[in-house]
Amino acid sequence: MRTELMSAASVPTEHPAAGHARVPLLDVAGLTLDFETRSGRVKALDDVGFTLQKGEILGIVGESGSGKSVLSYAIMGLLNEAARLTAERLTFNGLDLAAGTTDLAALRGRELSMIFQSPRTALNPIRRVGEQIADVLVRHGPMPRAQARDEAVAALARVRIPDPKARARAYPFELSGGMCQRVMIAMALACRPALLIADEPTTGLDVTTQAVVMDLIRDIVDDTHMAAILITHDLALAGEYADRLMVMHAGHVVETAPTEALLADPRHPYTRRLFAATPTADTTLDTLSTVPGRLPDLRRVLLPCRFAGRCDRHQPECDAGPVPVVPVGIDHCVRCRVPT
Amino acid sequence: MKTALTILRRIASAVPSLVGVVVVTFLLARALPGDPAAYYAGSSATPESIASIRAHLGLDRPLPAQFVDYVVRLFNGDLGMSVSSGKPVAEDLTTRLPASIELTGMALVFALVIGLPLGVIAATRPGRMADHVCRLIVTVGAAFPTFFVALMLMFVFYYKLGIAPEPLGRLSDIYYSLPPPVTGLLLVDTLIAGDLPAFVGALAQLALPSISLGLFALAPIARMTRAAMLTALSSDYCRTARAMGLSSGRIVFGYALRNALLPIVNVLGMVFSFLLGANVLVEQVFAWPGIGAYAVNAVIASDYAAVQGFVLMMAILYVLLNLAVDLIATAIDPRVRYDG
Repeated sequence: MRTELMSAASVPTEHPAAGHARVPLLDVAGLTLDFETRSGRVKALDDVGFTLQKGEILGIVGESGSGKSVLSYAIMGLLNEAARLTAERLTFNGLDLAAGTTDLAALRGRELSMIFQSPRTALNPIRRVGEQIADVLVRHGPMPRAQARDEAVAALARVRIPDPKARARAYPFELSGGMCQRVMIAMALACRPALLIADEPTTGLDVTTQAVVMDLIRDIVDDTHMAAILITHDLALAGEYADRLMVMHAGHVVETAPTEALLADPRHPYTRRLFAATPTADTTLDTLSTVPGRLPDLRRVLLPCRFAGRCDRHQPECDAGPVPVVPVGIDHCVRCRVPT
Repeated sequence: MKTALTILRRIASAVPSLVGVVVVTFLLARALPGDPAAYYAGSSATPESIASIRAHLGLDRPLPAQFVDYVVRLFNGDLGMSVSSGKPVAEDLTTRLPASIELTGMALVFALVIGLPLGVIAATRPGRMADHVCRLIVTVGAAFPTFFVALMLMFVFYYKLGIAPEPLGRLSDIYYSLPPPVTGLLLVDTLIAGDLPAFVGALAQLALPSISLGLFALAPIARMTRAAMLTALSSDYCRTARAMGLSSGRIVFGYALRNALLPIVNVLGMVFSFLLGANVLVEQVFAWPGIGAYAVNAVIASDYAAVQGFVLMMAILYVLLNLAVDLIATAIDPRVRYDG
């Protein structure tokens, strides 16, 4: 019920790519994920829901441990055996990703693709980058290796790597971090997927390289109508490149809104805190605040609002039953009983 | 070009170790208790005859002079006469070394053929049945002393079942015509001579001793393979490979195993050199005419020249083996080629 509200509210988006009301490319509702570990059950995600349209970039923001990455692994089907995933709805292009009937390995790399942080270690250190891209093309093309090699060079050229033919023969350690990330993007996009998940794609890259990589992703999304999920702890970065933002805290989606709306008027106490903790041009170390407290231990019994322990607006009624997701504006939802 | 230079540099770096080996072996042999002149002279010798023998062997001269002498003779391929066998040490070693190398090599092949797949299977199913079975086999292989395993195998396969040949050394010249010695390795020499029955005979003689020895080498290889595979499979690049939808076969063998080979090759080098020296017991049990038994007898007899020759040869083998391991590592890992 709660998630219905959220996805219903996200249909009339104002994004330019959105024409008439359409079936979303990715539709997630009531997604819950636990991990069975030796030290107990980790409630990693609870009642997560969102939708993603073609040509849209969704920014998922939150601190480390908020469940951003694990959510993307859940979508990709890359969870390990300890994971227990349930979802009211987890569909991609009409395919049910959670049912176990969809061959996810055949979709991965072809329809759904993903890039990671620290691109140097994300590439096989002892294989030429061109061959690694060709591996993906051979798998999904399917095409003969010789053709895949040529296609790999073309894929490198598409991510604006100079002299792609020579670079295809390089090993990852011979390339800079930014170059490796472009190789990763080339690999992820080699089969022209409908969705790219970028998990902290610019972490560990210097600022100018960050901009180059992000501009590249933005341009490809604009050119190909691919959808993208940008996972980052950097609110400023997400604000600059994403069409919509989704703020996560301790496995809950606490706020979703179009980027401008969220930046202009954050309604969840956590989002506000996050904003205050984001450095801008005129913040100094003294004026920069932190989000007090820490994430709750997800193995313990949790309060209905997982932010309760850190919240300065906490009321007695916050602890009374599950916190509803309430619309507070156009396509703007908050999981809070006392939004600001 | 760069690779050739790296290899040359690596070979050159082995020279100081060899010099050190020569010095240490010389001093070590002199530090052994016992008087070779007394041993050589026999039990009924007079002090005069012992002194004359000592002078004849050059043992009465000052240590530095003896050392210069030793080095000069070394360069002429003269390792001295064995006091106990009465033959040149160099000749003794060259006839016996191939037997040991053949035995150790086969043991290693056996250990690899079993250990490598075992480690891979265990790593791909950690905590499952296959993993436990692997651990059991490895523990049993390592727990029983080599000579015990050797005697057990002999009892079962020769005495009870009668399918193994008589455990009396290498190919018997009563039943087979021995091939002209080319490499000294009977498996190779019989093939060069085109004598298939003799090849099979040599293989049959090798089977039990090499399995006894190989069981001992199984543990480090299987363990190292499992650990290296687990590391590789949980690496970022294997996660990338999964995210790109590559088949699990490609991920396990094409990506993880190739990366895991590096530590495995390193362990192989160590295991090989260790086995070469430690196969004394197996050689004794199977009457194998190798260098292990030769070395033990030499030490007991205070046979300076033989001990020196043995230690020197083992040290050189060890240096060469390390060189080989490094060169293989260079072939596997492109990063090694560019280091120092």
